[in-house]
Amino acid sequence: MSATWTLTKVRMRLAARNRTFLFFSLLMPMLFLVGAVMFLGRRGGTIGNYVLGALLTITVMGSFFGLSMQLVTFREQGILRRFRLAPVGPGPMLASSILSNYAMALPTLLIEVLVCRWALGLETWGNPWAIFLLITFGSAAFSCFGLIIASVTNTTQETQIINQLIWMVFLFLSGATVPLTILPMWIRRAALFMPATYLATGLETSAMGTIAWPDLLTDSIGLVVALLVAFEISRRLFRWEPEAKVAPRAKFWVLAAMIPFFVFGAYENAYGHLLNRVDNDLHLMDEAQPGHSATPAQSQNPAQLSSPR
Amino acid sequence: MAAPVIEVKDLYKSYGPVEAVRGVSFSVEEGEVFGLLGPNGAGKTSTVEILEGLRTPDRGTVRVCGLDPQDAGNKYKERVGAILQSTNLPDKLRVKEAIDLFADLYDKHIDTGELLGRFQLQEKSTAFYKNLSGGQKQRLALAMALVNDPQVVFLDEPTAGLDPQVRREIYDIIEGLKKAKKTVLITTHYIEEAERLCDRVAIVDSGRVIAHGTPRELKHRSAGSTRIEVRLARPLANGAMAHLDAVSDCREFDGAYVLHSARPPQTIVALVKQLEAEGNELQSLEMFSPTLEDVFIELTGRRLRE
Repeated sequence: MSATWTLTKVRMRLAARNRTFLFFSLLMPMLFLVGAVMFLGRRGGTIGNYVLGALLTITVMGSFFGLSMQLVTFREQGILRRFRLAPVGPGPMLASSILSNYAMALPTLLIEVLVCRWALGLETWGNPWAIFLLITFGSAAFSCFGLIIASVTNTTQETQIINQLIWMVFLFLSGATVPLTILPMWIRRAALFMPATYLATGLETSAMGTIAWPDLLTDSIGLVVALLVAFEISRRLFRWEPEAKVAPRAKFWVLAAMIPFFVFGAYENAYGHLLNRVDNDLHLMDEAQPGHSATPAQSQNPAQLSSPR
Repeated sequence: MAAPVIEVKDLYKSYGPVEAVRGVSFSVEEGEVFGLLGPNGAGKTSTVEILEGLRTPDRGTVRVCGLDPQDAGNKYKERVGAILQSTNLPDKLRVKEAIDLFADLYDKHIDTGELLGRFQLQEKSTAFYKNLSGGQKQRLALAMALVNDPQVVFLDEPTAGLDPQVRREIYDIIEGLKKAKKTVLITTHYIEEAERLCDRVAIVDSGRVIAHGTPRELKHRSAGSTRIEVRLARPLANGAMAHLDAVSDCREFDGAYVLHSARPPQTIVALVKQLEAEGNELQSLEMFSPTLEDVFIELTGRRLRE
């Protein structure tokens, strides 16, 4: 535990000195926020809370990006192999990445909440405990995904390509930027297999204050199981040496980290109501719009078709 | 007699088709500075990295302080310190932070202030790693290697690429370790380093130990002969040099003849007569006392840094 704490402190210091990290973790989310404010104006209402949820999701999801790049860079530069000479194992190295990333993300997330409250004229804090829980589990889970990516890629270029692909999918197909309801049915079905969807939906409904505790429990369990599985896989696949290449078969271990979400996705597609939550939130936003017609949006999500609520 | 602190028996290591280490064996006693001397690619780094626990041998046994580096884990790491062939740290880590960081990872550690003083890094204690010179980086690497006050220290090419002044500073530090009775294993391709610092040396070539002993013993094996390096206006006829008076060995490197002679004056007189007879001219002549380089040349037919 002492090694983990020692490494966490140093990693935080290094992150605070890293301009790229500060740009992507602090400035970029703020640019999204400025964009949202310019687009929406200070109109108040539930739409602002929805935007806050989406913004928090983007910031939390970004965890995987920076961590994977940093770990691969450290390995390529031979920094990790110097640590290998010391009495420290992969566990503390990886745990310190997750903890430092979480600690560095918290102030950014808090600033986002406060700026959103002021700039978008939010009338409610949503469900702060649910937001805190999802941010905590989400940050750890997405950090672990980053560590897995670092474990199965050999170079920074390779890592960057894979990160970009995953980032695009997470960003546009999870509901973080484009509401799931407006996407084609097959994409909505596929989105239910993605961890990002649970984080985005959880944070958006929490920010709007509409999340039910059973739903929060479901989202949290999904993220916690994913983070535990992902942490163990990344610990097993951890490589100190720049020239130690990962065996092609080991890359299939990544799929193991997705098992909880295969299960959740299958369940949600068959019996779940996650897409209903999204529909309900959009409906609430519609209602809050001036000149809104009273016709409720008809949901066409698969969950509702199989299990109407 | 106490058991050796480092014991290596019949060590093998390959990387694909390349056999880097081929049956290396040696032992190092407590408080001894032992050198692995050889050219680049001789298998020195592979050997020392197996000892550090960074690489797994294909075959053979290794014991350091009675422990197997592959299996002993943190218990082993607490007892050894090491400098890698190239140490790297995050660019924006400060010197003092780096020592503090590694100190905190060990159960037992030396005070950071003391290490900064010993390695003349006080003035650079708040400098970022990226802003250090090569010599300062290497002094920091040494400080980090000794932060846990290790019983055994592995130094892989500790002065490679450094200027002579910095190299001498590092020698002083290693001599300090010798005085402190640390067991040190050093790899190098610098003759001067091996002769000055090492109690015993193993000469390594193509993955094998081809000779070992004290530097004095090894030089005596060179038949106590003086090395004479000669440059001529025109090459001599085949074998003429080898037949000069008192010459025990003659090889040609880069247009120069390297002769080994037990009686240099007679050899030089014979050389001059030979040149006069052939109408040839002497461009330069240098004489050297026997060094480990001569031993290496005699054993392999190559210079150490070819």
